Amino acid sequence: MDLFSCDVLVVGGGGAGLRAAIAVAESHPRLRVAVISKVYPMRSHTVSAEGGAAAVIKAGDSQDAHAYDTISGGDWLCDQDAVEAFVREAPEEMLRLEHWGCPWSREPDGHVAVRPFGGMKVERTWFAADKTGFHMLHTLFQTSLKYDAIQRYDECFVTRLLVDEGRCQGLVAIELATGKVLAIAAGAVILCTGGCGKVFPFTTNANIKNGDGMALAYRAGAPLKDMEFVQYHPTGLPFTGILITEAARSEGGWLLNKDGYRYLQDYDLGKPEPRPVLRSMELGPRDRLSQAFVKEQEKGRTIEGPYGHYVHLDVRHLGEKLIDRKIPFVRELCLKYMNIDPVKEMIPVRPVVHYMMGGISTDIDGATPLAGLYAAGEAACVSINGANRLGSNSLTECLVFGARAGQAAAEGAGQRGEPSPALVAQAQDEQRRIEERFLHGTGGAEKIATLRAEMHQTMEASAGIYRTESTLKEAAGTLEGLQERLPDVALDDHSHTFNTELTAALELSYMLDLAQAIVQSALERRESRGSHQRTDHPGRDDGAFLKHSLAYRSADGRPRVEYLPVKITRWPPGQRVYGR
Amino acid sequence: MPPTVTTVTLDVARYRPEQESEPTVQSYEVPFRKDWVVLDALNYVKDQLDGSLSFRWSCRMGVCGSCGMTVNGQPRLTCAAFLSAEPSGPIRVEPLRYFPVVRDLVVDITDFMRKLKKVKPWIVRNEEKPLAEGEYRQTPDQLDAYKQFSMCINCLLCYSACPIYGLEPSFIGPAAIALAQRYNMDSRDEGARERLQILSEHDGMWQCTFVGECTKACPKHVDPAGAIQQYKLTSAAHWFKTLLPWGMK
Ligand SMILES: Cc1cc2nc3c(=O)[nH]c(=O)nc-3n(C[C@H](O)[C@H](O)[C@H](O)COP(=O)(O)OP(=O)(O)OC[C@H]3O[C@@H](n4cnc5c(N)ncnc54)[C@H](O)[C@@H]3O)c2cc1C
Ligand code: FES
Repeated sequence: MDLFSCDVLVVGGGGAGLRAAIAVAESHPRLRVAVISKVYPMRSHTVSAEGGAAAVIKAGDSQDAHAYDTISGGDWLCDQDAVEAFVREAPEEMLRLEHWGCPWSREPDGHVAVRPFGGMKVERTWFAADKTGFHMLHTLFQTSLKYDAIQRYDECFVTRLLVDEGRCQGLVAIELATGKVLAIAAGAVILCTGGCGKVFPFTTNANIKNGDGMALAYRAGAPLKDMEFVQYHPTGLPFTGILITEAARSEGGWLLNKDGYRYLQDYDLGKPEPRPVLRSMELGPRDRLSQAFVKEQEKGRTIEGPYGHYVHLDVRHLGEKLIDRKIPFVRELCLKYMNIDPVKEMIPVRPVVHYMMGGISTDIDGATPLAGLYAAGEAACVSINGANRLGSNSLTECLVFGARAGQAAAEGAGQRGEPSPALVAQAQDEQRRIEERFLHGTGGAEKIATLRAEMHQTMEASAGIYRTESTLKEAAGTLEGLQERLPDVALDDHSHTFNTELTAALELSYMLDLAQAIVQSALERRESRGSHQRTDHPGRDDGAFLKHSLAYRSADGRPRVEYLPVKITRWPPGQRVYGR
Repeated sequence: MPPTVTTVTLDVARYRPEQESEPTVQSYEVPFRKDWVVLDALNYVKDQLDGSLSFRWSCRMGVCGSCGMTVNGQPRLTCAAFLSAEPSGPIRVEPLRYFPVVRDLVVDITDFMRKLKKVKPWIVRNEEKPLAEGEYRQTPDQLDAYKQFSMCINCLLCYSACPIYGLEPSFIGPAAIALAQRYNMDSRDEGARERLQILSEHDGMWQCTFVGECTKACPKHVDPAGAIQQYKLTSAAHWFKTLLPWGMK
């Protein structure tokens, strides 16, 4: 085992992690900051984000309007102090990225251009064609290279947080290339490990999105907030789950059922107009659009395909020129992966698991209840996303709260010395666990793929767009059964060099913990709000549930759910109105 | 009528340094599905047949740059290489050429990571504009001047296609040069001079004969060969000017 130390240790090299690391390097140049990531930073999932990132910059827009859209979009479950900080700091963060070289799309006069986005009343979404996340990530990564204070541990997989005397003081990781176990002591740890879409079978999320950081925090005693809120994006390609960005609709695309009818007009989302209308129809919020799909399917008005039912996204009327200028990646993806040219053909789409509103509970500085531990980005729940995130808020969230968490962690870290004997002992335990359990363990007859598939089926059946008590209860039981079978997983691969079967087994164990937290939180929220729709409890119940759920891992491994009031500052709970 | 082909053979290069001193080839029979890419077939192997096969992947949508391998002799993104587009017969899957192999289909890219940093791929300014003064204006035409070079996903197919890199590993290489050019051409940047100095230290660039293999291999139409050509021209001009009595500051 190799021992290292640093002052601030950032886990994750996506948008949030890189922004946090740069914040530390800029504000506290004397501190040693490190970024540890299981993939090279530029491979992080932020790279796949397409549509854009929201921040108020144009005349005619206001931060209050952005806050209102966010809060109503989140069905009043957002913490309003966090939203206020978010909309206030968003423009400066986006400008900073512009100064760092992000190739934002421009207006003819050279100003940054903005586009409309779902649930937003004003056009405020900055974009770099339809590869926004790709450009943001590469800009952040390339900019991070100029800070010598930022040290990197690339392709190192974190398996455990080290907690001693009530404080997180570092972590244990496996260096993939060699299989060496590293123990890194740190004054503060920031988890920026992204979401966990891979808990579900059909998702836009990359293979690496297994919620590792959420599970690490949960196991270390920190609570997970609002895990029942899972966002389905209304437009994924069947089979692959590849996302067709909301930008396709904000540029004027239509959703059509099997009769060629713009069905959203039947779901209180406004009247069909030839041109896109903000906060209306195809530019309604994602939860409502995905729910409308299910209703449409129940009415028999969707199209049946080999990979489930779908509807059509039609952009043909936008013309080749606009498609190539504004959404070229949509065309590329359709051509490459579906053999369909959206200039001439309609795109088959269906709702797909996309984003976790929930995550590691933090305050507005990214601090978790566990001293020394911070979180930011999709892994965290501050919460600005409430019960339903608005598209284009999360990239900006990575910047604003990545920077905040970096600052706060730097201030709280102090200089870190060598790891204490107690930490070293914990790290040795972890090394033993990995060796004995996985590398030398003979295990039983279980396969990773089998358990994963059963988890997937269970989650899709119980925790999808519509949920109900009986299936959730059943799912909780099934997941416990899967947890019991987990120790019987046997690996084919017992080597130390780049053992991806070992990491897949560890990822499965993280995902099972999170699946349990999602199901339990969904079971106990007996109301319908935003993305969490209970057929047995229709309607929002502010009296009982205007609060965040907090899932703690109890000693027997089961989740225990507590609640925390929502912070309301200036926008009392109201009705969500779209298209009216 | 020919029988329906329902499976296809993958001949996969294996190398496990703890077990074997030389790479070997292992064959796997996988279902042939028309909507499957090579990466799906590899995942089928991993999940159902042999958990010990190692390879990198993540996004499965051609943007993270993880899944580059040599497929039937060509550097490809395996998430964009359909089984049905390959000629009939076994499909050969090997690691990217010209990189040291860590294990199976995983190559060591630390050399590229070092080179990337070397070309200073960030905005260099003599004077920073304060954020309070807003954005740098950049017209769509100015954006177009470098946009293409900013599309590189660092998948390294171009290195694997580059005969110069194969012979001369110190060659800074197509993607790094394209990225240097991406910043040089950005109207917000003032670092072209510094980058030029770094690049001219590497004679590899002069060996590039503009065969354009890199541009052909690039899945994102970045055209690194074009960037190298532009670079050669600017550095030749720069070198020529230094010979003139009034020099170039
Ligand atoms: C297809 C798609 C399109 C999207 N489009 C948009 C959009 O247009 N606008 C918008 O606002 N949002 C969009 N989103 C959402 C947004 O992209 C993500 O929420 C955001 O990028 C998450 O960034 P992050 O930094 O939190 O995490 P990620 O970018 O996912 O990074 C996670 C990091 O953690 C590391 N990591 C994880 N586990 C471990 C471990 N065990 N050990 C070490 N390292 C680890 C990974 O290596 C990685 O570096 C989109 C999402 C998807 C899936
Ligand atoms: S898996 Fe991301 S490019 Fe192929």
